[in-house]
Amino acid sequence: MKEREPLFSTKNLNLLRDPLNDSNPITVQVLGICSALAVTVKLKPSVVLAISVVAVMAVSNVVISLLRKSIPPRIRIIVQLTVIATMVILVDEILQAFAYDVSKQLSVFVGLIITNCIIMGRLEAFALANKPWPAFLDGVGNAAGYGLILIIVAFFRELLGSGTIWDYPLFEKLGIFTTGYVNNGLMILPPMALITVGIIIWIQRARNRKLIEEK
Amino acid sequence: MKRFSNTYIFIFSTVMVMLVATLLSFVAEQLKPFQEKNVEIEKKLDILRSVGIARDLDEVKDKDTFVEEAYEVNITKSFTIDASGALKEDVDAFRVNLKAELARAPEERSLPVFIFVEEDGTEIYILPLQGKGLWGPIWGYISLQEDMSTIYGAIFAHAKETPGLGAEINTEWYQSQYLGKKIFDDAGKFTSIRVVKGGADPADPHAVDAISGGTITSVALQEMMEECLGNYETFFKNKSN
Repeated sequence: MKEREPLFSTKNLNLLRDPLNDSNPITVQVLGICSALAVTVKLKPSVVLAISVVAVMAVSNVVISLLRKSIPPRIRIIVQLTVIATMVILVDEILQAFAYDVSKQLSVFVGLIITNCIIMGRLEAFALANKPWPAFLDGVGNAAGYGLILIIVAFFRELLGSGTIWDYPLFEKLGIFTTGYVNNGLMILPPMALITVGIIIWIQRARNRKLIEEK
Repeated sequence: MKRFSNTYIFIFSTVMVMLVATLLSFVAEQLKPFQEKNVEIEKKLDILRSVGIARDLDEVKDKDTFVEEAYEVNITKSFTIDASGALKEDVDAFRVNLKAELARAPEERSLPVFIFVEEDGTEIYILPLQGKGLWGPIWGYISLQEDMSTIYGAIFAHAKETPGLGAEINTEWYQSQYLGKKIFDDAGKFTSIRVVKGGADPADPHAVDAISGGTITSVALQEMMEECLGNYETFFKNKSN
């Protein structure tokens, strides 16, 4: 009999750890950029979206992994979409009931989690071929890698664009405006999200030798 | 790879769709009361803000209860009228869906009126607005003083106007322009409030500045005021005489 793999073996832990850095969905695989640009003006909606994506992805991955032997390959994409769409509608309904303000700010972007290529990608590439537990870790890891970038971008955009952190007027309390400093309106516009992501990619590649492509 | 028969595929998809449909409709039914409550609170908050109450909620801990209580205390009366100004007894003003009403013929519309009583007893009339912006619906509430012409307060909201341009209609600086403006001229003719591109003359009591770069939203706002307040014209005239 094969020895049972421990729940948090190195292999399993790597499923969680890799997407945060070496195979980050946004900065390395360049997936899910669109929502990263749209919701990162403020920290709060970004954190809510990140949590929503973690929930959708972890559950979808587990469901698909449990069903992996009974899903007919010919309709597997439709099945994956149905599972994701169901999860997204659940998240949307729950936000509308218990976090109405945030759900208004996120507006269409919760619904657009369905089209987030990271989720479909992980279901197709990982969940269909692995057991539920590794699939769960893979889902959480990838969604967290996505959420991490979202939150970093939102932190800088909110700080420099509005001078606040989590709606707390940090710069005003520090008295920075009295020195003649003015909020950078450009940070609020979507192009700056792209540039911020670009800077993150630059820093990440400079620090992580594995990511530098050979010529 | 394992092969699946067509029958299996059909059964699989049918069962899946039925399970998903049951789950989603169950959850939607369970959460509906909470969602409707949220919409109701928001509407009450909008009405309160149009008379300058609850403009700043940062200090309030329990927002929902605060709004409920403030609404209860301040908005003492509400009623629904038709275009001729006659009272419609059987219609609850708070439940009127303005969008649906505007789709009807003018004489069939139910028009809600909310009343806020100031400390000295003067009544402020609050009227809802609903219109179409550039990307989606815009709406708001206008409150009028007892002369039925001078604007006491105004708030506007939007679903998805362009940030920094059309979306500015929900900001304090834009809305404060409306304070003290008049919707009737001295001769008693209904003028509404024009939104003037390039800046309105501050002395003009019937015009405000448009938002630069937000022309379509500004024009939509002007049309919304004209149409929605126009519905009440007879009511206003009866009241002020």
